[in-house]
Amino acid sequence: MTGLEAFVLTVITASTPFLLAAIGELVVERSGVLNLGVEGMMVMGAVCGFGAAHLTGSPWLGVLAAILAGAAMALLFGFLTQILITNQVATGLSITLLGLGLSGLIGSNLVGLPGEKMQPLNVFGLNEMPILGTLVFGQDPLVYISILLTLGVAYFLYRTRAGLIVRAVGQSHQSAHSLGYKVIAVRLSCIVFGGCCAGLAGAYLSLSYTPQWIENMTAGRGWIALALVVFSTWMPGRLAIGAYLFGTVWILGLYAQAWGIGIPSQFLSSLPYLATIVALILISTNRRLSVVNTPASLGQGFVPDR
Amino acid sequence: MECKIVSLHSTHEPPLLEVKNLVKQFGNLTANDHINLHIQGSRIHALLGENGAGKSTLVKMVYGALQPTSGEILWQGERVIVDSPARARELGIGMVFQHFSLFEALTVAENISLALPANLREGNLEQRISELSHDYGLTLQPDALVADLSVGQRQRIEIVRCLLQQPRLLIMDEPTAVLTPQEAQSLFTTLQRLTSEGCAVLYISHRLEEVKQICHGATILRHGKIVASVDPQIETAASLAQMMVGAEVHAVSHGTVAASGQPLIIAEQFSQAADTPFGVDLKAVNLQVRAGEILAIAGVAGNGQSELFAALSGEQTNNKPQAINMCGQACGHLGITQRRRIGAAFIPEERMGHSAVANFSLSDNIILSRHSLRDNHDQQSLVGRSGTINYTLARDINMHIGKVYDVRKGQPDPEAGSLSGGNLQKFVMGRELDRRPKVLVVNQPTWGVDAGAAALIRQALIDLARSGSALIVISQDLDEIFELADQIAVISRGYLSPAQPAQSLSAEQIGLLMAGAHETSTQAQTL
Repeated sequence: MTGLEAFVLTVITASTPFLLAAIGELVVERSGVLNLGVEGMMVMGAVCGFGAAHLTGSPWLGVLAAILAGAAMALLFGFLTQILITNQVATGLSITLLGLGLSGLIGSNLVGLPGEKMQPLNVFGLNEMPILGTLVFGQDPLVYISILLTLGVAYFLYRTRAGLIVRAVGQSHQSAHSLGYKVIAVRLSCIVFGGCCAGLAGAYLSLSYTPQWIENMTAGRGWIALALVVFSTWMPGRLAIGAYLFGTVWILGLYAQAWGIGIPSQFLSSLPYLATIVALILISTNRRLSVVNTPASLGQGFVPDR
Repeated sequence: MECKIVSLHSTHEPPLLEVKNLVKQFGNLTANDHINLHIQGSRIHALLGENGAGKSTLVKMVYGALQPTSGEILWQGERVIVDSPARARELGIGMVFQHFSLFEALTVAENISLALPANLREGNLEQRISELSHDYGLTLQPDALVADLSVGQRQRIEIVRCLLQQPRLLIMDEPTAVLTPQEAQSLFTTLQRLTSEGCAVLYISHRLEEVKQICHGATILRHGKIVASVDPQIETAASLAQMMVGAEVHAVSHGTVAASGQPLIIAEQFSQAADTPFGVDLKAVNLQVRAGEILAIAGVAGNGQSELFAALSGEQTNNKPQAINMCGQACGHLGITQRRRIGAAFIPEERMGHSAVANFSLSDNIILSRHSLRDNHDQQSLVGRSGTINYTLARDINMHIGKVYDVRKGQPDPEAGSLSGGNLQKFVMGRELDRRPKVLVVNQPTWGVDAGAAALIRQALIDLARSGSALIVISQDLDEIFELADQIAVISRGYLSPAQPAQSLSAEQIGLLMAGAHETSTQAQTL
């Protein structure tokens, strides 16, 4: 295995959790909800996924548990913000804090235990192929799932009626409501989908990336995923590119010292956020971009007027 | 025998829509109090009333957007529960809202598709939109982005999306408020074609002349109750207005113009590029308004009115100070507060969010636009030298405005958001007029305001001008323009036509100017 191949492999593994968490959050934000609880949902997914896999010996049951844990956190977030109309920003932040604390509690007995690593696939036995074999055909299943999910979300948003409704609800909940669409139900479904994706991203960390449980093992990846959604201007294609870009930067931060590059790793790890700030500036200077892609009712609670 | 049954059936055919003893309460307020209404097919029925009379509440219940507290709705003689707009559309009821429920970031076709039931979405929707819009003379591009369209075009989307469902009853909420006279006429043609096909139209409007022109019947609401059902053909506009308001509406008295006043607002060859992709560039605008004079600027929405207002008010500043001159002072580079200090006042179009902050009390809203000025009554200042706010004065001003401009409110100093549209407009107008500004620029002073309040606002504007101020009134309402204006100019795609005395222009001429007849000549001038 060449050095470059190893580098690319680590980039893929670093990018996949970003992509998984961010594609879910993209759908949530497209429906007009700002979920700052991604980090908390992710870390709950990581601990529940690891725990379930450890108990049952099956990484797939771990994945299922992670998805359910993410969905449960999302349901709590959805109940608070959509039914009780609490402030989305404050609620999202508390969900993150809750997730970080709760996962530490659940995982206190799991620290240091051996994990169940998800085995890489060997698609059609092609991973023995030279050069691209392992890169294209020998990844673990969640990498393929993340790419399929991205394609699926892009298809859903732009080619299906349900996707059109989600975009409409995110554009103007008042108009969508007056046309008879169930704004709250649409948003709740999107929030739960986002939670499932965040849980899945957490499972990837504790079952594949580093198959063990470490407290706070998400290490701010949920925040990067959130930044990524803005960076992508809510477009799935750009989101995938951004996820791999941010993943590369993340890995460069680790490699920088080993390679003796004179850039401080702190600078590299702050790059995703800098990139997001640049993206925000570009969005705000290009009004067309913001009108067309930005969900206009992002972060606003919806109270039906009856 | 069979023949007889048919004839019997036709004479006893139930009305298309019947509303029986409909009541809607919001808390203590009875918005609709035992409303009874019959609507027959092939007829245009007007619903008249002041703001807050309960018209919108009533049609929202018919359209399923609100649920009645009690009473029943009969559709073709059968009792129905319209529990959602989708149910209403299923029955054959379509509605064109006053404030369009369109999604700016979506295309025309996507917007229409969202409002159609499943069975109508099949097949080539874009093609059907093109065909139908062509048939009814409502030109529309299915793949255009709504954000790029004018208000008139947006209304066409709403109409086309209703028509695609072949409604039996079409509800229209103030449809002509945003149209040119020519566009309104073509809308009437569309409506007449619809009624000839058997469709009924429930038509809400403040424009009584228009109601007389096209409606077959009219129901008048006041304070949530029906006060009269009349034939608009035999009533006069004045008698209709009187029934709506419950008292004589005072005709606006124009007074005499002192035409030799000093010019107080001057713009010479004023050009400004739009700062947004959907904005309109202002092109070599020339205007001059003398003391004592009202210049009315007509035009179809989206032709540069907002940009012109922003340039005059200082929301959008210009780096050339001489570009705009107010009260003898070059102020192109000055911001709003500085322009206010030299005696100008500005009232934008959107009362909520632009003129007033919804969840601020009225007295707080007074402070927002007058914080840097001395009160003209006793030269007190709302904000003291140390930056503290004089709330007592703010509340006094609020009470004064409430009394003089007849702002109806539940408490002495409620949140701006709790006022009805017309009352908030009276408050916002009062807040600025009360200062007796030397220069006033107002955009759409009576948009969505009922006849009584509109007359009050217009009279106040005229009185201010006659007391020696210079006014610019930007409006899409031609009746209003003729009522107010000494001079009329028309804005079209950023070009302003030369101002002409109001008496020398007819509605038709203005309509032609609205459609851009003067642009070529103005362009020639600039070259």
